[in-house]
Amino acid sequence: MRILSVSAVLFLMILLSSFHFMRQGGLKETLERGQKVYAATCIACHQADGNGSPPMNPPLVKTQWVLGDKKALIKIVLKGLKGGEIEIDGDSFYNPMPPLESILNDQQIADALTYVRKSFGNNASIVSPAEVKAVRATIK
Amino acid sequence: MKYSKYLLIFFTASSFLVACGNDSTKAKSGPLPAGDDPRLVLPDGFSALRIIKDLGRARHIAVSANGDVFVKLDKLYNGKGIYRLHDSDGDGIADDITGFGDYKGTGIAIKNGYLYASSNSEVFRYTIDESSGRVDEGSKKRIITGLVDQGQHNSKSIALDNSGNIYVNVGAPSNMCQEQDRVKGSPGKDPCPLLETAGGIWQFRADGQDQSYKESVHYATGLRNVVGLDWNTSSNDLYVMQHGRDMLFQFYPELFDQQSGANNPAEEMFRIKKGDDCGWPYCYFDNEKKQKLLNPEYGGDRNKVGRCEDKNHSILQFPGHLAPNALLFYTGNQFPEKYQNGAFIAFHGSWNRSPEPQAGYFVVFVPFKDGMPSGDWEVFADGFAGPNINKAEYRPCGLAQGPDGSLYVSDDRNGSVWKITYKK
Repeated sequence: MRILSVSAVLFLMILLSSFHFMRQGGLKETLERGQKVYAATCIACHQADGNGSPPMNPPLVKTQWVLGDKKALIKIVLKGLKGGEIEIDGDSFYNPMPPLESILNDQQIADALTYVRKSFGNNASIVSPAEVKAVRATIK
Repeated sequence: MKYSKYLLIFFTASSFLVACGNDSTKAKSGPLPAGDDPRLVLPDGFSALRIIKDLGRARHIAVSANGDVFVKLDKLYNGKGIYRLHDSDGDGIADDITGFGDYKGTGIAIKNGYLYASSNSEVFRYTIDESSGRVDEGSKKRIITGLVDQGQHNSKSIALDNSGNIYVNVGAPSNMCQEQDRVKGSPGKDPCPLLETAGGIWQFRADGQDQSYKESVHYATGLRNVVGLDWNTSSNDLYVMQHGRDMLFQFYPELFDQQSGANNPAEEMFRIKKGDDCGWPYCYFDNEKKQKLLNPEYGGDRNKVGRCEDKNHSILQFPGHLAPNALLFYTGNQFPEKYQNGAFIAFHGSWNRSPEPQAGYFVVFVPFKDGMPSGDWEVFADGFAGPNINKAEYRPCGLAQGPDGSLYVSDDRNGSVWKITYKK
């Protein structure tokens, strides 16, 4: 009985996660959605090629701010920046970044960050909505 | 396998070449061919010579009576923030380059035997022997201190009049004085408290010591950010170029479509009288309505004028976001008559036109008569951006006039300076 219920729970979990995966679609769909979020929310400052607009808005190309710690990256998107925190190769970037926690949902942030981490010559791992959700929970 | 070996050789060779290239830029002058620079597109009869390159963030420039060019850097190069460019063999190319000043910044000017240079919160003065270009570093005196520097819009540009005064821009550390800067939907603060110490022009004595706001005249207010300004010696007034606000399309898509957001607001030229209020953050100039209007953060709807009626109105408007970083009234006589007493403006180029194509990255000329524009503006020097306007190779930032009436243009992307001359 006990084994049965454990396997039932397991089965349900697998079913749910595969359903979840189907809803998310593959990487191609994620990148397409991410590009849309990027075009609507990020492109004004960070530009279509991700090069930003130095010395105001930082580039997203091959920088540790984008390729490094995912939690820190997610937090920047959720909470924004005052300006001046980002330094790349000795250059500071002074325009503030608006907090997007109430504008974008977990899925949109995950899609946009996956797009950024896999575009402009970047090739880092994907960001999942669960990862965004986890960071969001710690900063509320 | 064989392929990858060749690739490896290729990459090693090219990185070696790149390394060499970097080394040579550290030499006293880059390996530059003397003569015309075909990059720049100029009117007939004009030619450009690049006198230096690779200095880095070369902001404003000044030329002393002997022809030496002084460059203010906003990022230290070999630990120095001011560079003197001297041409010792007469080929026009700077071959004797010396640095001094350990602070970064934008402003630089030479007047009556003194060289003035600014950090992002102070202004310093040195004595200079203009006949030799020699600066006495020991004479360094801090004439202004304690100006607002919060990163955003922190350049301190300077201009001097003929009565012993120096004018300093203090840009507002903000886009629109919203409660939350650059956040869509955040209301504008009213009144805007930033205007007490920023968003305007302050006048100081050019020979003072450690002056700050208390010792100054709050000369003009309501100017979001001015990087280009000049004293016009024929009309005896200060003229400034304002960088207009960002994000109209992104914040107010119901009022500005993508193209309108790229073209608005105007980049404006103001003729300043003491005490003028030019309207920021409450007002902007709408390039399509051809009117000074209330900003949407303050209740504007692209029709309401409201309190903007009483503000100082600009005398000239340009397309949005072009970023005018230098203004120079031409007082030489080398250039043809139409240029004399007219204004040159260096446009640094845009970012907030995206996803529309970027624009600017050129030097513009405006004819003047009796202190006012007397004709349409025209592009004078172009080609700085290179083949891709969205990835500009050079960005015009500073202007200066040489003793022989040549016009110098600096670029803060690469750190190049061009000398533009005219021959009949």
